[in-house]
Amino acid sequence: MPVRDDAAALVELRGLSKRFGANWALDGVDLRIDAGEIHGLLGQNGSGKSTLIKVLAGYHAPDAGELRLNGRVVSLPLSARQLKQHRIRFVHQDLALIPSLTVLENFLSGDFGLRRGLAPLRWRRESAAAREVFATYGLDLDPNVLVRDISRLARAQLAIARAVRDLGTADDDGDGGLGLLVLDEPTAFLPRDEADNLFRLMRAVTDRGAGVLFVSHDLEETVDITDRVTVIRDGKLVGTVATQQTTTNDLISMIIGHTLAPRATVPESARPTGDTDVRVSSLSGPLVREASFEIRHGEVLGITGLIGSGFEQIPYMLFGARHATAGELGIGPDRFAIAPMTPRRAMDAGLALIPNDRAVEGSAPSLTIGENVALPTIDRISQWGRISESRLTEYAASLTQELDVRPSDPRLPYAALSGGNQQKVLLAKWLATNPRLLLISEPTQGVDVGAREQIFRLIRGVAAQGCRVLCASSDLDQLAQVCTRVLVFRRGRITDEVSGGSLTKHGLTEVLFRSDAAVAQQS
Amino acid sequence: MSNSGPVGVSTDSPRLGTDAPSPASHTAPRPARRSLGGWLEIAALPLAWVLVIAVFSILKPSTFLTLANFSNIFGSYSVPFILTLSLVLPLTCGDYDLSVASVAAMAAMTTAILNVNHHWAIVPAIVAGLVVAAVLGLINGSIVIFFEVDSLIVTLGTSTVLQGVLLWISGSTTISGLSPSLVQSVIGTKLLGIPLSFYYGLIICVVLWYVLQHTALGKRLLFVGRGRTVAKLSGLRVARLRLGSFMMSALLAGVAGIVYAGITGSADPTSALSFLLPAFAAVFLGATGVIPGRFNAWGSLIAVYFLATGITGLQLAGAASYVQQLFYGGALVLAVTFAQLSRRRETRVEDTAQ
Repeated sequence: MPVRDDAAALVELRGLSKRFGANWALDGVDLRIDAGEIHGLLGQNGSGKSTLIKVLAGYHAPDAGELRLNGRVVSLPLSARQLKQHRIRFVHQDLALIPSLTVLENFLSGDFGLRRGLAPLRWRRESAAAREVFATYGLDLDPNVLVRDISRLARAQLAIARAVRDLGTADDDGDGGLGLLVLDEPTAFLPRDEADNLFRLMRAVTDRGAGVLFVSHDLEETVDITDRVTVIRDGKLVGTVATQQTTTNDLISMIIGHTLAPRATVPESARPTGDTDVRVSSLSGPLVREASFEIRHGEVLGITGLIGSGFEQIPYMLFGARHATAGELGIGPDRFAIAPMTPRRAMDAGLALIPNDRAVEGSAPSLTIGENVALPTIDRISQWGRISESRLTEYAASLTQELDVRPSDPRLPYAALSGGNQQKVLLAKWLATNPRLLLISEPTQGVDVGAREQIFRLIRGVAAQGCRVLCASSDLDQLAQVCTRVLVFRRGRITDEVSGGSLTKHGLTEVLFRSDAAVAQQS
Repeated sequence: MSNSGPVGVSTDSPRLGTDAPSPASHTAPRPARRSLGGWLEIAALPLAWVLVIAVFSILKPSTFLTLANFSNIFGSYSVPFILTLSLVLPLTCGDYDLSVASVAAMAAMTTAILNVNHHWAIVPAIVAGLVVAAVLGLINGSIVIFFEVDSLIVTLGTSTVLQGVLLWISGSTTISGLSPSLVQSVIGTKLLGIPLSFYYGLIICVVLWYVLQHTALGKRLLFVGRGRTVAKLSGLRVARLRLGSFMMSALLAGVAGIVYAGITGSADPTSALSFLLPAFAAVFLGATGVIPGRFNAWGSLIAVYFLATGITGLQLAGAASYVQQLFYGGALVLAVTFAQLSRRRETRVEDTAQ
């Protein structure tokens, strides 16, 4: 629990500001974390959360502001030496573990750089020391197994144990303080009961006097575990509250704010006729459980969720690009089992997938625009098996011109295009296959504002012409603009449907941040 | 994720800003016609060959600049020529095949044993040799593809196994006395002063160029090598294409082996192996010209004979035989260095476009 006000805080940020170009990512933010406290940090995507963490990690130099560690002002940006001295440790969502090495090797990985190159490693002693640390925190980890063979929960535990093993103990120099652990979305891929397990570990860390900064999208978890919560919005501090004295609804309004609701964008094409001729039933896989939904004629259906909710898997699973364990896809009178789906079968069924990773999954960047755009339909232009360069160029130009790809010469390398034009090429590539169902993942990631609007129009146009569109995205603004209906995923299941007047960025945010309890109450 | 602040929401703003060229300049940033640099890149390799010929013609007009010499170069280097072509397909698909020289020797040895020791007629013996080669390609490809192992390591291993098999089935001796009709149809008959063996390579070269450059299959193979994930997600049968390229590669290596047997009139268990490095040097050097950045048939042809001309010229000028190794080794390192440099330039284009 927070300690007396006069005691020096472990970490105190005052008036922290950071500008990127014309945008203030952080604007005068204060944050104070005390010893023995679990402090939550909440905010939407783009609110400045990650910038704040990056300032703490010494990655960004702030434009204004002061940082005190254990009561003393330190110079910014923080150096690696200062971070080590003040024992500020980070565990990011990706955990930074090497799966092919053992638990012990990963546990010691931070040490190898510090020891003398040829100094002998006494594995038996190191192993015993690691077991002791694991025992202290009540973890059941075997130092000698490979990380790839342990569960997701065990990996998170290992990453945290590695970060905190010397926090809260007496310090050799006496000036290092008790230490701070920053957890950035550590529970994103964990089911709730396993997340509880991590919370016990966090408590064990604070019981030893260290502080924890817990960054999460998940409101419910944040309320359950933290002592105090700081909310930031649009780079500004909204406030810091004691968790006990607040409600989930208070926090939601702090996160979203009470600005005027923006215009409700109802796309012109939003006239679903009621035909439900695309139907997905009981789709299940590693991160998705029993998802069922329909896409109506003329509709752009959006799916979204927080990190780890599994929504982003859906397009890939339908297309046979990621493994699904069960499920059925109905298009018109046809029925397809999803588990044995392959990209080839999916294409035969009339599916098209535009993945979010354009450089690896969407294209071969070193080949030309023409070659990339024509790939799935290239047989159309072969005469007696022959394809001339000029025919390819002509065909590619006919596909890309409609979508206003610039520069328009299909003989240029795909890599030479901007993000927006690269995406238009991929749209052209797949629209040429005349799909019945178009699956798009993050359609405007890395796309500038002008092209973004063009791509929105294209997607709506495709839907208006009768192709069903499924759009998976974590960009709520985008979903509000392009979709007629949005399904919200939570821990692999569909928990909400947003459409009509509440389909705005704010409406979606509210649903995303609502706790499971609130969802249960409502339904 | 867009910056979700009020600034990021203003999607109505009409500025088609940071995105490549402005609407006014509808032309490509690079002109559609090739620049001088582009032409130079395409023509550098052929020009280098012409230059080498010119230099040695001036230095040694009496021995170098003769029909007999060129006939000799084209004929005797047809084996490395065909072996180089055999590498084009797997490399295009992103796979290394280090076993081509051993496969060539296996095809030659099979043909020789059947023809000489078992008195098969030469044609069935050759067919048997080619079948053995294709089967070896199938084995290589199956291991690489179905167990998802690195092709470099697998073919290094199978190549060594084959060397053992060669010594075993041949009794570690050269098998000579192959049917004279084979010798006649490979090296004995000349067309325009050049032995037929060169024309076999030329036919393969034309077919390979046509398939890679002018068919849908060629484009698919290219995608398998350049972006295996996008190839899969675009519905290509990636495993089948790779397997096919391994088999085709082995079959062409088998042809190279049989041509070699025809040139020497015999088959021996080890000498074909010395062609492996020259083939790799030539195929990488060939990828720097004609269609820069892509493994291609004409580039391979020019690279093989550029290297051959240089070596022959130097030997006529009195250089010792070790000049071969200097030449081939140096060419391989230079070629991959060039390729890396031009790839770096390509990525720079990408960076500025973002």
